[in-house]
Amino acid sequence: MATTTIDPVNVRGGLRRRLSRVLYQHPRLRLALLLGGPIVWLLVAYVGSLVALLVTSLYHYQTDPTGLVPRLVTSPSTTNYQRVLDAGVYRTVAFRTIGAALSVTVIDLLIALPVAFYMAKIARPWARRALVVAVTMPLWAGYLVKGYAWRAMLDPAGGVLHEVFGHSPGFGLSGTVVTLSYLWLPYMIIPIYAGLERLPNSLLEASTDLGAKAGRTFARIVLPQLRPSIVAGSIFTFALTLGDFYMAQIVGGTTQFIGNIVYREFSANLPFAAAYATLPIVVMIVYLALARSSGALEEL
Amino acid sequence: MYMSRAARYVLATFTTLVLLVLYFPILYIARLSINKARSYAWPPQGFTLQWWRAASHATGPRDALFRSLETALLASAIALVLGTLASFALTRYRFFGHNAVSFIAVLPIALPGIVTGIALNSGYHRVGINLSLFTLVVAHATFCIVIVYNNVAARLRRLAPSLEEASADLGADIFQTFGYITFPLMRSALLAGGLLAFALSFDEIVVTTFTAGSGFETLPLWIFNNMFRPNNLPLVNVVATVVVVLSIIPVYLAQRLSDGALGASGR
Amino acid sequence: MKHANRLAVLAVALVLVAAACGSSSKSTTGGGSTSTKPTGQQTLGAGEGSVSILAWPGYAENGSNDPKIDWVKPFTAATGCKATVKYFGTSDEAFNLFKTGQYDVVSSSGDATLRMVADQDAAVINTSLLTNWNDLDPLLKVKPWNSVDGVVYGVPHGWGANLLMYNKNVVKPAPDSWGSVFDANSPYKGKITGYDSPIYIADGALYLMKTKPDLGIKDPYALDDTQFQAVVDLMKVQRPLIGEYWSDYLKEQDAFIKGSLVLGTTWQITTNGVQADKTAPPVAAIIPKEGSTAWSDSWMIDAKAKHPNCAYMWINWITKPDIQAQVAEYFGEAPANLKACTLTVDKNHCATYHAGDAAFYGQLSYWKTPTAKCLDGRTNVTCKDYAAWTAAWDTIKG
Repeated sequence: MATTTIDPVNVRGGLRRRLSRVLYQHPRLRLALLLGGPIVWLLVAYVGSLVALLVTSLYHYQTDPTGLVPRLVTSPSTTNYQRVLDAGVYRTVAFRTIGAALSVTVIDLLIALPVAFYMAKIARPWARRALVVAVTMPLWAGYLVKGYAWRAMLDPAGGVLHEVFGHSPGFGLSGTVVTLSYLWLPYMIIPIYAGLERLPNSLLEASTDLGAKAGRTFARIVLPQLRPSIVAGSIFTFALTLGDFYMAQIVGGTTQFIGNIVYREFSANLPFAAAYATLPIVVMIVYLALARSSGALEEL
Repeated sequence: MYMSRAARYVLATFTTLVLLVLYFPILYIARLSINKARSYAWPPQGFTLQWWRAASHATGPRDALFRSLETALLASAIALVLGTLASFALTRYRFFGHNAVSFIAVLPIALPGIVTGIALNSGYHRVGINLSLFTLVVAHATFCIVIVYNNVAARLRRLAPSLEEASADLGADIFQTFGYITFPLMRSALLAGGLLAFALSFDEIVVTTFTAGSGFETLPLWIFNNMFRPNNLPLVNVVATVVVVLSIIPVYLAQRLSDGALGASGR
Repeated sequence: MKHANRLAVLAVALVLVAAACGSSSKSTTGGGSTSTKPTGQQTLGAGEGSVSILAWPGYAENGSNDPKIDWVKPFTAATGCKATVKYFGTSDEAFNLFKTGQYDVVSSSGDATLRMVADQDAAVINTSLLTNWNDLDPLLKVKPWNSVDGVVYGVPHGWGANLLMYNKNVVKPAPDSWGSVFDANSPYKGKITGYDSPIYIADGALYLMKTKPDLGIKDPYALDDTQFQAVVDLMKVQRPLIGEYWSDYLKEQDAFIKGSLVLGTTWQITTNGVQADKTAPPVAAIIPKEGSTAWSDSWMIDAKAKHPNCAYMWINWITKPDIQAQVAEYFGEAPANLKACTLTVDKNHCATYHAGDAAFYGQLSYWKTPTAKCLDGRTNVTCKDYAAWTAAWDTIKG
């Protein structure tokens, strides 16, 4: 392959050749050119904003008895963090949200594993393609619309689940967990499927040949190999749940998540919203640090 | 292979069930788009095409669809360039800060949307940038970079460096090697990453809520604003149905061109 | 090593950001009142060719969803002001968006207006430039939620009361008091609803104002520490009774139609929606004996509006009798311009919504932004401001 050294479209070959040589001889320059754009973008647009948010979280509003609106005090203080720690409600909501994120992740994992396994290792090639399409398509159907569809299904009075199966979890925490598990399921199936597809069949056959039953092969061979894919999927399901607030509004009844409070306080008291938002940031950074050791960050 | 017939049968049934659950809400919406009653109540009542007729006259959802396409195209184009550059830098070079850079690239997708949203929103305000298409595209591109990056990086890692070395040995310069060797080999990964980024941007609402400018209603925002209006709720059902049907095009493209690679897998 | 690298990157970012914020951070100042009475813009010049409108969904329809529902395009045709519209979902959102200075004109509810004035975002309105000012309901003009010390900042648009709706099949005997939604032993536990916003705390305050005179509440929006604590405790008693809070009326309407909710605060439009549905159980909506809270929306102009003339033209347009009739019927509210009442398609519209009904007004406490300076005139205590109400709402929802 690639035996040609003639470039048919090359008009300014001389200059390009020279440039190529310079680049070839200076790997650092090459690196700088490659990395410059992305790094400036991420630092300025993203990390900059995050840091600005952290700075804002150190501001606070002070009640002004003479004025109509509170005064913004910009000298750094831990007032907002104090409030997060002191008022029990912020802890309760944090635990509820993290609990929901973990539940959604576990539910999705339990559903995704067998489905992805069937897709990658049992289904015929044509069926495999069809299944990948079938799993991806729902992602296009609109997150809010699907949320409302679930509202219609979960409704304790006249919803599909109640009418057809005689039972519905109703609007509340469990309804929200069910809905979120539904919404994020494809994000779990796809990386696991990709991971399984990369797993050579010969490995599984070898295990069988050596006398291992399916369950044992799965636990000893498949699962350890799949870890990065599973962790990658879990980052989606966990992070997406951790930051969600629309579904708590739509199917959550009276449930509120971290996102609902941040959203509400964002309008009323931005410094406090910023302080409370550092909680999911810290949780995710810890999660990512743990995930990183499994090499999952490359699977996202 | 190594599984009993019964086990395969159980897995097939389970997969079928999961697919049914996955599609039921979507089919339900499609059914509601031709429902006589305006509400979501079960069971659906009667048939009517009046919502489809109304939707065909409504310019609101059509404009919103074009805005979403515009945003998603721009954002995924930027993400394709930056993500590809980053993946070359991070797979081909070891340097000080390597890990930090790859970590930061992942952050925008791993941190909850509300965090990204309020961070960018207050960041823009701080430096005095008014919200507009520009701010929205910047926000979307930011969380799309990692999608492209991961797809391309996965491909590059599997690409034998010997091919490129051979090309160089035969006298090709850096650009020729890229044009004749590397690019064709990573094209499908680029496409998969680009499509995924496009899909992510197209349906995004949380970050969008905080970064879209005045009057710039993307499709999810349009849906959000109209879901609460009883007169327009049936239109929302029609629009959602249309989008699902239209999504066959990109999903099919992804299948055909990337040869089944949708996640990180390149095969 | 990994950590060191990450720190290095963060440090770079910090420097970048510090440079960025140092130059442009603007601190908010309190207090908006001045000693001489400001009069606002003196003359109405030619239109600037465009106007940016911030509105509740349904207040500025341009026919994009239903070609028949359109009063924005005719406005542009009549004035040459090309209008862009941004919708908001809550008063808090409106306040934040308006603060950015990107909008010329906003439809603001009473729980946001004073904040906008205090933040010096709102312009004084010269009522002599308003063509419909004299036709607007006197009961809505120059009120505490759209003016400060007699200076007009908001032009009335329309209003509605927060009623008590109940399912007649289930809730027996018919309730006549807000006590029915605060009763810890309510038989309707889990099927009661409340409005999902900090301003809903005022409903509890109104109830205690009438039933616990010892607390000395004079105005549900002016609560000192003791009063506020009592109200918050009441709201916490209510919390387990609530099946769902609502912030979009469609959600409540649907729940009443299906029967998953049977009792709670509502808007007239929601009740109409339920009553119009053939499958719905019979419902009624009343003003309980304690009276009710209510909302009244006003149009306000940005103090630094880029298109002030077009903003005035928009206000003149939206307060015209025929346009008021269209908006009031589409949105489901009482119009501010009473001349609209003869132009509505449903001739009973104004009667249904009690437009101009002074006796009805008397029972209502309109939404106002709670401020530290007590709105009831007390000067010896500090009242809880809106931020405190929001923080309390976090806790009440739990």
